[in-house]
Amino acid sequence: MNKKCGISTGILVVILIMSCVLEGCKSGGSKAPKEDLTTVIPKDNTVVLQDMTQAKKVFESLPSPIESAMLIKSAGARFDNSLLNPVGNVNTYVSSKSMALNLGIYTCDLSFASLYEQTQMIIDCMNAAKKMADGLGILKAIEQSKIDELEENINNTDKIMEIVSETFMNSSSYLEDNGQPAIASMVLLGGWLEGLYISTQLVDMKDFNGNKLVGRIIDQKLSIDILLNLLERSKGNPAVDELIVQVKGLKLVFDKIKITTSPIRPEVDKATNTTVLKSDVKTDMTPEVFKELSAKVGEIRSTFVK
Amino acid sequence: MKDMRIYRIIPALVLFLSVNTINVDAQCKAFAKKVCLPELAPYIHDGNYHAAVLVEGEEAELYKTFYSDMEYRVAICGEDKLPNVEFKVLDANKNVLYSNKDANYAKTWDFKLQSSQQLKLIVKVSSFNQPGDTPASGCVSIMFGFKVKK
Repeated sequence: MNKKCGISTGILVVILIMSCVLEGCKSGGSKAPKEDLTTVIPKDNTVVLQDMTQAKKVFESLPSPIESAMLIKSAGARFDNSLLNPVGNVNTYVSSKSMALNLGIYTCDLSFASLYEQTQMIIDCMNAAKKMADGLGILKAIEQSKIDELEENINNTDKIMEIVSETFMNSSSYLEDNGQPAIASMVLLGGWLEGLYISTQLVDMKDFNGNKLVGRIIDQKLSIDILLNLLERSKGNPAVDELIVQVKGLKLVFDKIKITTSPIRPEVDKATNTTVLKSDVKTDMTPEVFKELSAKVGEIRSTFVK
Repeated sequence: MKDMRIYRIIPALVLFLSVNTINVDAQCKAFAKKVCLPELAPYIHDGNYHAAVLVEGEEAELYKTFYSDMEYRVAICGEDKLPNVEFKVLDANKNVLYSNKDANYAKTWDFKLQSSQQLKLIVKVSSFNQPGDTPASGCVSIMFGFKVKK
């Protein structure tokens, strides 16, 4: 009787442990304990994450490579082929870390090339991204049929963006669903940093004040805590630990930039049924801090693409 | 003999649970693609994927930076077997900027920003309020679409 009880308890313990482990790994969410809803948080736009404790699942959403590329284009930046990671580098990436980072980087380059209708570069970057995804064992993320579809629609930017979006979703969901959140976070980091690298390189210092692209670079300060939280979910993974140190170094530079926002006033535009979140923002990045930021981003990026 | 049996049972159980979880996640992804993705049109899906299996009364939170150059659509979809899915959008000071409860639990919300902001989304599966019943559970997905502001 006792033995039976012992066996049943053992099975229950295994079920409980496995449920916890598996639940913690899936769908890109992290578990957090409950907390009092009335907690007061500082009125700083960058500290929303301090409140990240009450839900069963917590998601950190970084700008995707597609969104990063779109932000660069919308700021009126030009296309510069020399800033992209040469596709000839693909064979040098053999570790999971370098393949994951460069899957994000090539996806960002692909999005950038797509928005500027650089047809050959689109195909080359897609093939490079496929090679990274295949190397990571991401089954069916980028199928040959998708590359064929891309080639058939090479002059249709909307269709290309749809294909890029779908392949990126396939990669990230595969990694999350198969218990590889560390790799998934590295892909996101690679894409985010590539967008930041391209942006910083495209800023003309003669046109620094009032430069729209500079504004978008400052905005990335709002995402650095999200990124750190995402990486820290995989703390203990040696590759991720190295990246955390690098990102913390970058955060130190971002911390030199001050962003002050007035309270947000939502107003509904009834004609379009769109809510406009009205607020004013003040920022204070000096050219010196920008140069430091640009150098730091370049330094980190060079370790990713080497 | 019983010890031998348990050594066979445990790996089988572990395998079953692993496969089961992966299947649930795959179903969630299929649901997100089939049901939620079309809700984003005509906005461009940003390529990110967020989904979780939630039970009645459970919450999920999401943190994201939204940019002043863009117009956004957020789509939050729950499987049919779930009761209404509520979602709220909050600023850094916990002010509620939008609640779909005020819009008959609309699945989507379109918005744009005057200045870039980090916002928090709280998604909660409401309850059927039927004591004694097994709480419903199902996939809830959160997806974002964007387009350049006109």
